[in-house]
Amino acid sequence: MHSSAAKALAEKLGLKLGRTNLDEFASILMELAKADRDVLAVTSDSRGSGKLGPFGQALPKQLVEVGIAEQNLVGIAAGLAAAGKKVFAVSPACFLTARSLEQIKNDACYSDVPAKLIGISAGVSYGALGSTHHSLHDLAALRAIHNLTILVPADNFETREAIRAAANATHPVYIRFGKAPMYDLHPAGTKFEIGKAITLRQGNDAAFIATGEAVVHCLLAAAHLEERGLNCRVLSVHTVKPLDTEAVLRAGRECRAVVAAEEHSVHGGLGEACAALLMQAGVSVPFRIAAIPDEDTVTGSQADIFRHYGLTMEALAARVLRLLGQTGPKV
Amino acid sequence: VKGKRIETATTFPLNSIFMTDYDLALKSIHLRKRLLEAIFHAGAGHTGGSLSCLDILNVLYNRLLRVSPETFSNPGRDRYVQSKGHSVEALYVVLADRGFFPESEMETLCHYKSPLVGHPTRKVPGIEMNTGALGHGLPICVGMALAGKLDDASYRVFTLLGDGELAEGSNWEAAMAAAHYELDNLTAILDHNTLQISGRTRDVCSNEPLDEKFRAFGWAVRTVKGHDFAALTDALTSTPEPGKPVCVIANTVKGKGVSFMEDVAKWHHGVPSDAELKQALEELDAAKAKLSSV
Repeated sequence: MHSSAAKALAEKLGLKLGRTNLDEFASILMELAKADRDVLAVTSDSRGSGKLGPFGQALPKQLVEVGIAEQNLVGIAAGLAAAGKKVFAVSPACFLTARSLEQIKNDACYSDVPAKLIGISAGVSYGALGSTHHSLHDLAALRAIHNLTILVPADNFETREAIRAAANATHPVYIRFGKAPMYDLHPAGTKFEIGKAITLRQGNDAAFIATGEAVVHCLLAAAHLEERGLNCRVLSVHTVKPLDTEAVLRAGRECRAVVAAEEHSVHGGLGEACAALLMQAGVSVPFRIAAIPDEDTVTGSQADIFRHYGLTMEALAARVLRLLGQTGPKV
Repeated sequence: VKGKRIETATTFPLNSIFMTDYDLALKSIHLRKRLLEAIFHAGAGHTGGSLSCLDILNVLYNRLLRVSPETFSNPGRDRYVQSKGHSVEALYVVLADRGFFPESEMETLCHYKSPLVGHPTRKVPGIEMNTGALGHGLPICVGMALAGKLDDASYRVFTLLGDGELAEGSNWEAAMAAAHYELDNLTAILDHNTLQISGRTRDVCSNEPLDEKFRAFGWAVRTVKGHDFAALTDALTSTPEPGKPVCVIANTVKGKGVSFMEDVAKWHHGVPSDAELKQALEELDAAKAKLSSV
């Protein structure tokens, strides 16, 4: 995933490589379900890809399998939630948020039942399996639906906190993450609050506003730029909706350039949310969205795709330099 | 280990007064008039399907469902989700009649800022889930019925489907899951009026034989006359086959009760004119007089 220079910098920063957010999710869900029999996992033949095999063995009555039927997955989850269950509907983000979009809109959000929708292997996690298996539309589609909290954790800590918060949520929540091992980005004692971005690094030369698995690349890019004398802010926006407007506006007002980064289409995700917010608030700042362009996505692993489209330490740093009018290395 | 406990709903009062078939017949005439007036005043509504399912709802809410305005938030209540949400006017008049909300609110149907939207929403007391997009009620009810099984609760779950609606594939996903989980606490009632917005269901995209389809999916199927209170009651209350969800195919007439609306597809969402409303109300008054004279 990372270049050797990026890995070396991560080591220098003392970042520890954790496990995958998927593994973190599966272990937290098991912990929650063991303590509360109302906690259920609902899967669409996705218990393997959701790492829920052990969950099913330990708590067979709390795993509801509906087969390869994502519309039914969300409809049944909504019915279970309406009847008082704490339901985690777990399915690849690509299917969960496209095949069952109407069930998410009506059965979960419009009916306002606290179903928890877990989009696994999100973004381009499935890499070379191709666009059928990518979810580059989910944030755009779901942001336009009223009454849905959208969480995109960047590391194991954010994943853990997001799942715990969702378990007790009284309204529907969508959480999406991938299946690559993630660096731990947060020092002990960090506070997680839905709707509040976490500032990973202070600085006013430029700001990275990032979400999910793009955050670590921004953090490394900021550290890389520090070696060139630039202090860059890094916001981990784990809550894409409701957006932490205060943190985004502050970044736009206080920094000389803003790069928004996400594992999503350039259309309708965090980047455009920030752009709309800044423009409507009259904040004019050099601004770029680092995301997947609106094209037939290149074939390759998640790392290949990130590299191809500039979601790497080197490319993100170069973007900032160009926005600041400085010449960076061509990446 | 946490986890709620659900009390049995068997102690819930049914409608405090036992209603005979004659009482229900009189009530249906009254409710048909109310729903036609509401649609007329709103200038919008789904007249044909509301009239076809009204007798079913009358039986459910006045004879069968263990739910009342007082017990609606009790987790042990019976649940009804109207999958064919467009026939909401029938549901509204039945709920208002049962005291879930004041009957006078029917005048606000579809008006600016009214809670009485043109499809069911939980803003209205007595409504379990927001529906209107077709093919959603059955999966939701599978979830509710499964929750009942997991909680060892005794409540029953009912949904009302349209025959045109069964073209939505999600129904069949849910039908499979209901049989797989042996949800004998789940009953799907099919308002089998054989018409949909474009015409005869068999001409639009034929889906018969529906009884055999549901049986093949592992359901117990009962076919009844959909305007016969005794037959509906019998089908909806007879002991379930253990482990099998129940499909009650209620053969109904779209536009039932008004001669010129009966079995005519254009009344799917037709709104009566002044003269048509007058004639319809007169016909219903005549039906009431005939009923009373027997």
